[in-house]
Amino acid sequence: MGIVQPIATRRSATGILTGKLAVWWLIGSEIVIFGGLLASYIMMRLLHGDWANEAEHTNVVIGATNTFVLLTSSLFVVLSHYWAEKGDRDKAFKYMWLTILGGALFLCFKSYEWTHEIAQGYTISKSLFWSFYYVAAGIHGLHIIGGVVIMAFISFDLKKGKNMHRAELIGLYWHFVDIVWIFLFPLLYIAK
Amino acid sequence: MSNDHDHHEQSIWEKYIFSVDHKVIGMQYLFTGMLMALIGGFFVYVFRMQLAFPGAEVLGWGIVNSAEYNALVTNHGSIMIFWVAMPVLIAAFGNFLIPLMIGCDDMVFPRLNRLSYQIFLISALVLIASFFVQGGGFGGAWTAYPPLSANANYNLTPWGSILWLVAVALEFVAFLMGGINFITTLMNSRAPGMKMYDIPIVVWMIVLASILFMASVGPLIAGAIMLLLDQTMSIGFFDPAKGGDPVLWQHLFWFFGHPEVYVVLLPAMGIVAEVMTTFSRKKLFAYKTVLNTAIATGILSFFVWAHHQFVSGIDPRMANIFTVTTVIISIPIAEMCFVYIATLYKGSIEFTTAMLFALAFLVEFLLGGVTGIFLGASGSDIYFHDTYFVLAHFHYTFVPIAIISVFAAIYYWYPKMFGRLMNETLGKIHFWGTVISFNIIFIPLFILGASGQHRRIYNYENFPQLATDGMQNLRVVATMGLIAMLVSQIPFLYNFVTSWKKGKIAGNNPWKANTLEWVATSPAPHGNFKELPTCYRGPYEYGKMEGRKDDYWPQNEES
Repeated sequence: MGIVQPIATRRSATGILTGKLAVWWLIGSEIVIFGGLLASYIMMRLLHGDWANEAEHTNVVIGATNTFVLLTSSLFVVLSHYWAEKGDRDKAFKYMWLTILGGALFLCFKSYEWTHEIAQGYTISKSLFWSFYYVAAGIHGLHIIGGVVIMAFISFDLKKGKNMHRAELIGLYWHFVDIVWIFLFPLLYIAK
Repeated sequence: MSNDHDHHEQSIWEKYIFSVDHKVIGMQYLFTGMLMALIGGFFVYVFRMQLAFPGAEVLGWGIVNSAEYNALVTNHGSIMIFWVAMPVLIAAFGNFLIPLMIGCDDMVFPRLNRLSYQIFLISALVLIASFFVQGGGFGGAWTAYPPLSANANYNLTPWGSILWLVAVALEFVAFLMGGINFITTLMNSRAPGMKMYDIPIVVWMIVLASILFMASVGPLIAGAIMLLLDQTMSIGFFDPAKGGDPVLWQHLFWFFGHPEVYVVLLPAMGIVAEVMTTFSRKKLFAYKTVLNTAIATGILSFFVWAHHQFVSGIDPRMANIFTVTTVIISIPIAEMCFVYIATLYKGSIEFTTAMLFALAFLVEFLLGGVTGIFLGASGSDIYFHDTYFVLAHFHYTFVPIAIISVFAAIYYWYPKMFGRLMNETLGKIHFWGTVISFNIIFIPLFILGASGQHRRIYNYENFPQLATDGMQNLRVVATMGLIAMLVSQIPFLYNFVTSWKKGKIAGNNPWKANTLEWVATSPAPHGNFKELPTCYRGPYEYGKMEGRKDDYWPQNEES
């Protein structure tokens, strides 16, 4: 059933694209979700100095590599947006897929890392540090998966020259997911 | 600007079940909310009967055992807040009113809107399912404090507590989606010419409430995930035996829970502003003050949450700070009430049913607000904490918000929803029945609470100091008041259903009101307006105006 786009969607009293506004509000609501989780973690971490003994066993090398992978993918999504604005469909498509590749690579490293840790007995129920570790990184990982799937859909639109503005919208989201990781990495890996 | 909505015929399926029309989605929320209110009302009937006549068989239920009692109380609270107040005040009226009142044809994201209702419906079904699983419904109070809520060995509802939590989490997701839609719609899709201070107060309030909800619910979503893991994988985020902290949940819960009070209060305040200005034929006394106080309330509401935790073992220095912020928040709310009273002053007041409900809102809410001061001050709260005084206090705020203001809104906007007026005589019977019996329920509960009656007790016969004849009589009075209040809803339901087909034809603007929804035909078609309106002035231009015959000046009329 075809749905006619309402006039409401095309209006822009603020001068900002409606979709962009919505993505910003989405990011706003995500900030408080991660904010609540991380604030809980930080408060408890400050009260329990002995969590450092657990944090020692996290794999900083993989964490750092993943940080690099995500930051690079953020660059690619910017390039995809850049070419989408220029109207170069193929380049926008290519860079969108490089971003997806970055997300996929991140997930691969993550699975390797987690498999290794679980095999060594550092499971989600080993201690509260590991509970927070898996929950925070897990929710973040779900955001990566969601982003990758949405980007795959958008990339084909870009190729057809449809909804080119969505490159920017998913870019905003992807940067946000990236920034969350920038918080998670020092809090979970570096702070010993 | 004409629009191209009604070009193809829609099947009933498309028109009512999977509709993307904001008005139909609003109705879906309204009817779901009303249905849930019936369930919540039935639950309170059952457990109040148990309190008035302990151990007796309750008509329509049977003997109430203690586990059932806990589940009934818990789900009464959860339903009334998450599945009645939220969907009706914010989602139903937000959906119905925002596009109409700002003069556009729909929400900016109609399909997201439909998805939000569908998720909400699933959340309601999950909650209802939780009553029938092994062990029964969750009985650990709507606040779900761990370790009771986290461990099935303590709460004895292995499935009920999980389903309850999943239902609440889904409901949050639905309202986050709805909220994003409301906020962006107001920001971007206003009628040409509608400036910031031309937006009707109720639209402002619903959108501010959505922002407040969005900003406060995040930590609780994180908390819900943590609690779910505690329940299912026996992790100990909130379990002291495993190094966790139960008070952490209280922080996460009340960081949401207190702003939530204002999330539902603001739309109610907005509804009352619309109804009062229309029926006193006067300009809203101080538009900008109402708006600013609403924003101030919203900001302050993030700094009061720990007043729910004065007896949870928090640092007394922190308790002092939260006492101060709690008392401060009554200033903007009082300001708002004063503005409304000033709006009435020297107005030409018409006592329609909607207006009566709006006035009753002010009176009853004021009582709720004043009794809150005793609880906000940490010293007196230590005595009152967890007594029926608290219960009576928050019902004196929540019933005006979720019931009384909603009735004002239904009587006021019914003509726009269905094209016909509701019967005023039945409306007045409904009004007096509801408001008088409401006070008969809760004044005795204030007295009981002040005499030390604790909440969440299944049978007071086991507590000699609380089982005196005098106290038991008050419990019976409250229960009788409740039955009277439930019976008073019969004329309303009858009126609501029969007016649909037989009510007086309303016409586009039966109340001679200014806001843009009254420009559309009643009921408004898909796409709302034949010609999308342009806005030329503020929403409250009532009263005698130079050079005008009418005492109102619609927002869309060119000068």
